[in-house]
Amino acid sequence: MGKPNDLVQGTLDLLILKTLTLEAMHGWAIGKRIQQVSNEVLQVQQGSLYPALHRLEQQGWIKAKWAESETGRQAKFYSLTAAGRKQLEAETASWNRLSAAIDLIVTEA
Amino acid sequence: MRWLAQLRMRIEMLFTRGNAAKSLDAELRDHLERQIAENVAAGMSAEEARYAALQAFGNPALVRDQARATWNWNWLELMARDVRYGVRTLMRTPGFSLIAIVVMALCIGATTSMFTIVRSVLLRPLPFRDPDRLVMIYEHFRDGRSNQEGFNYNPVAPGDFYDWRAQTHGFEDMAATRYSQFNLTGERGELPELVRARGGSWNLFPLLGVQAAIGRTFAESEDRPDGTVVMLSWNLFERRFAGDPSIVGKQIHLDGKPYTVVGVLPKGFIYPDAKVQLWVTFASGLPPDLLQHHDYHWARVVARLRPGVSLASALGQVGAVQYRLHMDNLHAPVAEDVATRTMNEDLSWSVKKPLLILLCAVGCMLLIGCLNVANLLVARGGARQREIAIRGALGARRSTLIRAQMTESLLICVAGGVGGMLLSLAATKWIGSAWKNLPSAAGIHVDAVVLGFASVVVILAALLAGLLPAISSTGKAAFAALQASSRTTSGSLSRAMLRKTLLTVEIAVTVVLLVGAGLLLRSFERLSTTDVGCVTDNVLTLDLSLPEQKYGTPEKANAFYESILERLRGLPGVRGVALGTTLPGEGNGGDDSFTIKEHPALKPGDVMPDALTRWADPGYFNALQIPLLKGRFFTKDDRVDRSRKVIVSSQLARQYFPGEDPIGQSIHVTAYNNSDYEIVGVVGDTLWRVGQPVLPAMYFPILDGGIHNGQALAIHTVSDPLAVSVQVQKQIASLDPELPVSNVQTMQQAIGDSLGNARFSATLVLGFAVLSLVLASVGLYGVLSYLMTQRTTELGVRMALGAQRDQVLRLMLLDGLRPAIFGLALGSATSAGVTQLIQSMLYNTKPLDLAVYVAVTLTLLVVATLACMIPAWRASRLDPMQALRME
Repeated sequence: MGKPNDLVQGTLDLLILKTLTLEAMHGWAIGKRIQQVSNEVLQVQQGSLYPALHRLEQQGWIKAKWAESETGRQAKFYSLTAAGRKQLEAETASWNRLSAAIDLIVTEA
Repeated sequence: MRWLAQLRMRIEMLFTRGNAAKSLDAELRDHLERQIAENVAAGMSAEEARYAALQAFGNPALVRDQARATWNWNWLELMARDVRYGVRTLMRTPGFSLIAIVVMALCIGATTSMFTIVRSVLLRPLPFRDPDRLVMIYEHFRDGRSNQEGFNYNPVAPGDFYDWRAQTHGFEDMAATRYSQFNLTGERGELPELVRARGGSWNLFPLLGVQAAIGRTFAESEDRPDGTVVMLSWNLFERRFAGDPSIVGKQIHLDGKPYTVVGVLPKGFIYPDAKVQLWVTFASGLPPDLLQHHDYHWARVVARLRPGVSLASALGQVGAVQYRLHMDNLHAPVAEDVATRTMNEDLSWSVKKPLLILLCAVGCMLLIGCLNVANLLVARGGARQREIAIRGALGARRSTLIRAQMTESLLICVAGGVGGMLLSLAATKWIGSAWKNLPSAAGIHVDAVVLGFASVVVILAALLAGLLPAISSTGKAAFAALQASSRTTSGSLSRAMLRKTLLTVEIAVTVVLLVGAGLLLRSFERLSTTDVGCVTDNVLTLDLSLPEQKYGTPEKANAFYESILERLRGLPGVRGVALGTTLPGEGNGGDDSFTIKEHPALKPGDVMPDALTRWADPGYFNALQIPLLKGRFFTKDDRVDRSRKVIVSSQLARQYFPGEDPIGQSIHVTAYNNSDYEIVGVVGDTLWRVGQPVLPAMYFPILDGGIHNGQALAIHTVSDPLAVSVQVQKQIASLDPELPVSNVQTMQQAIGDSLGNARFSATLVLGFAVLSLVLASVGLYGVLSYLMTQRTTELGVRMALGAQRDQVLRLMLLDGLRPAIFGLALGSATSAGVTQLIQSMLYNTKPLDLAVYVAVTLTLLVVATLACMIPAWRASRLDPMQALRME
């Protein structure tokens, strides 16, 4: 595993929202999923994950519920709200715009 | 809906924060355990798995705090925590906290009291409709005397007022008021009472926007010389008529004449002051031709601005009319100009300056209090250096540390503020009752604005007292305290410097206050020891008012005068009795202009001679020990038809008969029967009011049989004058049981009342100054003790190297006195400038009075030396071995 890249706060929000589109997950699972799907490139530090989750919850993009997990213990599951879905679309769009712009500059031969 | 979810989150976070905290803990614990489980599944042992998981996790406390930092209401939580810590820290050093709180309570209390009073007297709007569109109009003479304070707003002559009202259109309306007083006799045998009253034009109350609470206000037809209607004040209505509304329409007897009550004024209506109990119409009871005069000035005119017309243009119209009147009456004392001022200023001009001075003085005291608390906080910062350094090392930002310290200072100020508010409630009541000359439209009381002001003061004080120490104790140098060997840290040196600077400023401000207080006291002392010109010890004075009904003829009046004089002179313990109108030291009492028969006629544009008018009985001057300089006193024969004689004062003789003998010449007074009065004597001057320059006076014989708007008796006794007051009143009652007397007091008391302003200002400022001196000396003591502790090692070394104890004493003493001396110099220089501002309040005292400065310097040096002596002496008693061993 390479040195984990620093993730900007905004992009972490985007990743979390995307990860939650399919199903509700708890914090540990979200971190693991991001790591998996990015082929181990992105490793989320707990110090940024939980503040991000709580912030997203305060803002109403995701909502939380304590439920029984696969291990039998209680865990806090986060799921996307309707407003969160809209926010995801908006953030995806702006990310695409941003990365396309950077792409243009960087690949200028 | 997102906003609904957000709202729900906010409410949850506010009220169920504890649950959220537990939930977060559980969440993080759960995460950790999953990581451990994963590690174990990957093949590590239980202990390794745990170790690796924790490493990956990071500091759990930090993660938790970071997560919590994103919660709503985080600022509230931080503030609550700061307050909790602050309270705990303050409770740990109760002595320090108590001193600081007491200091702040005193200062904030004093400031709030002064603000309450200033607001009630100077800033509260009057209870009229649109009070800022109301102005008072006065007349203004162009001669030199009129530019002195107290003379440049001259009352208006009624003839002038009627002409203004008829001939100008700039103001929406104008009304006039005048002084009056009546004997109110009881309907059912109650005691008769002398009540102060005012006469007002029929349109006065509509102009002011005041409605009658019961009944109605005056009608135009009632404003005539034979009008006999009256309106009661609410106070009189409740006090004397038991609040019974049926009094409206009934008759009451004023000066023996029946007057019909047409209405009662509302409760809050107090104008011009609380002593006025009745209102009659302006013209009522006056001789009809008196209302046409342009040369007797006794009315006060209030006018309402017309919307759309500026004050300048409306006043210009009135001024033009007045000037024309002046040109038409060149030999009469008719003013050339008009002058105006707002109603607020009209009521408060005499106390405005003293109040503002007091406000500044109390502001200085607040500043000193804050500096003192700041000094204390800096000292305490030194003791907590380690604690702050450790906090900083653990990750606290500088702003967090500063915020924590500011919270402590805010807590001190809030506690002080609460104590101060309670103090100020009591103090305001006391000041309001003790300062008798305070005018106030609606009474002085504490309300929301005052509370708001107190809060602002608390916050400002907290900032002032706390910011500097907080910043200085969290600077980079502070963290040097964590070093193992911190014998001498540069941080402590700068702290000592800071404390000394604060102390210098504190002492400078104290010096300014002391000098101000000294000057005011000296001025007051000069005022109260001024020679009035007559005897003032052991003199009983009282006022009478013979009603015209009973004493309308000269025979009846003279009969009363002579009887009462004879009876009172026969009482045991009485050395002399004087019967007159206004007594010396009790005010203007009225003045009139005159011409001198033997002198050439006045040229147009010349100012007519003017003098205070008094009446006196034949034994008046002897009884009051006013010396006869030339000629003779009045005799019993100068009465009724043969009373065209006058005695003039020495000032009158000097001013209007320079270099010649006035005896035998005559003066002609238009006011009194248009006759000539022969000058038969010249007497010594008396002051009409202590603190004001002497004015010429002329005395007429009271045995001319007139009743002249009220009389006054002065009884010179062998010993305590109040002891005979009962006897005197009995004698008066035996002559006329329906005649009330008023203002029974000694002459010293009467004069003392007129000095009320001066005495009060001086006392209050002195009180502030003494308090500040105490604070400053406590601060000085504290600083020097602190310095001594800091320099213990150094002193030990000095003594070990051979310094004698008295050398050490001198060293420490000088070290402490240096800021005191700097402060003294700075303060003296500042007060030399600042005291120019109070020059107008000083009587016969220059702002640079040497004696005051010397006294202040000596006082401060003595107090400072005493304060420094104790720590210095303790320093000299140090055991060098112990001092060297101290860390």
